[in-house]
Amino acid sequence: MNELGFAWIDIGILLLKILVVIVVNLVILMIMEWAERRVSAFIQDRLGPNRVGPAGLFQAVADGIKFFFKEEVVPTGADKWLYTFAPLLVLVPALMTFAAIPFGTTLELFGRAEPLQIVDLNIGFLYIFALVSLGVYGVVLGGWASNSKYPFLGGLRASAQMISYELALGMSVIGIVMITGSLRLSTIVEYQNGLLLGFLPRWNVFLQPLAFITFLVAAFAETNRLPFDLAEAEPELVGGYHTEYSSMKFAMFFMGEYIALITTSALLTTLFFGGWDFPWVDEKALGIWGVLLSIAAFALKTGFFLFFFLWVRWTIPRFRFDQLMRIGWKVLIPLALLNIVLTGAGLLFVH
Amino acid sequence: MGIESKLGDGIITTTLDAVINWGRKNSLWPMPFGTACCAIEFMCVLGPKYDMGRFGAEAMRFSPRQSDLLIVSGRVNIKMMHILQQIYRQMPDPKWVISMGACASSGGVFDTYSTIQGIDNFIPVDAYVPGCPPRPETVIDAVMKIQQKIQQERSREYR
Repeated sequence: MNELGFAWIDIGILLLKILVVIVVNLVILMIMEWAERRVSAFIQDRLGPNRVGPAGLFQAVADGIKFFFKEEVVPTGADKWLYTFAPLLVLVPALMTFAAIPFGTTLELFGRAEPLQIVDLNIGFLYIFALVSLGVYGVVLGGWASNSKYPFLGGLRASAQMISYELALGMSVIGIVMITGSLRLSTIVEYQNGLLLGFLPRWNVFLQPLAFITFLVAAFAETNRLPFDLAEAEPELVGGYHTEYSSMKFAMFFMGEYIALITTSALLTTLFFGGWDFPWVDEKALGIWGVLLSIAAFALKTGFFLFFFLWVRWTIPRFRFDQLMRIGWKVLIPLALLNIVLTGAGLLFVH
Repeated sequence: MGIESKLGDGIITTTLDAVINWGRKNSLWPMPFGTACCAIEFMCVLGPKYDMGRFGAEAMRFSPRQSDLLIVSGRVNIKMMHILQQIYRQMPDPKWVISMGACASSGGVFDTYSTIQGIDNFIPVDAYVPGCPPRPETVIDAVMKIQQKIQQERSREYR
């Protein structure tokens, strides 16, 4: 500790953690770009990109190089400042969201106890939802600033869709907060350690199945993934809000979408599938192996959800816009409210 | 062709060229301009049996701003030509064009006043694919020819 009240080593470790999380996120992003095309190919009985690197793994590198050296087009009449700012507004909040998610148990090394989480916010929950909803602005501004018809329509759709689903998304997890009694994500994960009825891992998906279904459906809409990707519906809106974007700006929209996907998968894991908890094992008693096991469990669960998102995308056709709004307001929000009531009744019964 | 050709004469970009060309040739996102039966055949090129996606060229972007390879499949008449020209102009550099089938390349059997006798009268074409309609293998061959062409590109020639 120095006179300012902090130790330089803490800052160093914090910066290291931020660096590791961002680099890992970007690497997973590149793998996702490749996986999207490979999985789509396998679902459609094709091979998919397999010419660059082993099994086409460097496809994202090739795409990145191409986008980096492509001409930049700014449409006439576009609001230049907002047009440039919008892709950043999608990418940066998506990257920031990961800061509050615990990706492993506490690492004890050289007499220091370091939680594997960038910051253990006591309002971790609200922080994530605040940042996720910030991503809407990027989409809306990108659509509006392009000064073109289809991006504008895409932006409007995106705003309507994301605002309606934000409600269902937020309300579906209130049940978990009621059970856990905390908004801190690490507490929520700790709570899910242990067993239910003696054999079932005490994950929230078993305690809150209704909340899980609501959250999952709302998460698809929130990340603009295919059953609900109305904002960029190709047959109707060419490319939606990013129609006029070319080169690296378009790639940034793309990256923002995938990183939001990674964060949402991590959030699903944290809230409903016990985070880094490996069932039937006490990670804290295993020392360094327990830490590695917890990270592996977290990665495995998140990876499954990433695959699940791709799987659904290439299986289910797109909804119509009125159907989308009807599901949001008439099904998901009442379900989420019902879940709150049921959880309250259950808690009253238990205590 | 792209921004690297604006670097000026002082910078030697041989290795950079190699890297950029490698990226470009393995990520040719097509922009389909299908006006006739060749477009049906083009669907087959992207389908399971032939799968152009192996070359990283299956990510169809229907916005010309995000695509690299314009594939004109089908006959183009005079009223359609200015739309094709506009789409070509909307694509950011560097861009390549495949003229697929006899009609796009030469007018084909439509030797009339209303049909364009070859789109290369109006926009530059990099690869012509013969056939009515061409076999999918021929289209893949054209894509590979364009990949070879990209591989040989040197940015200093565009300064």
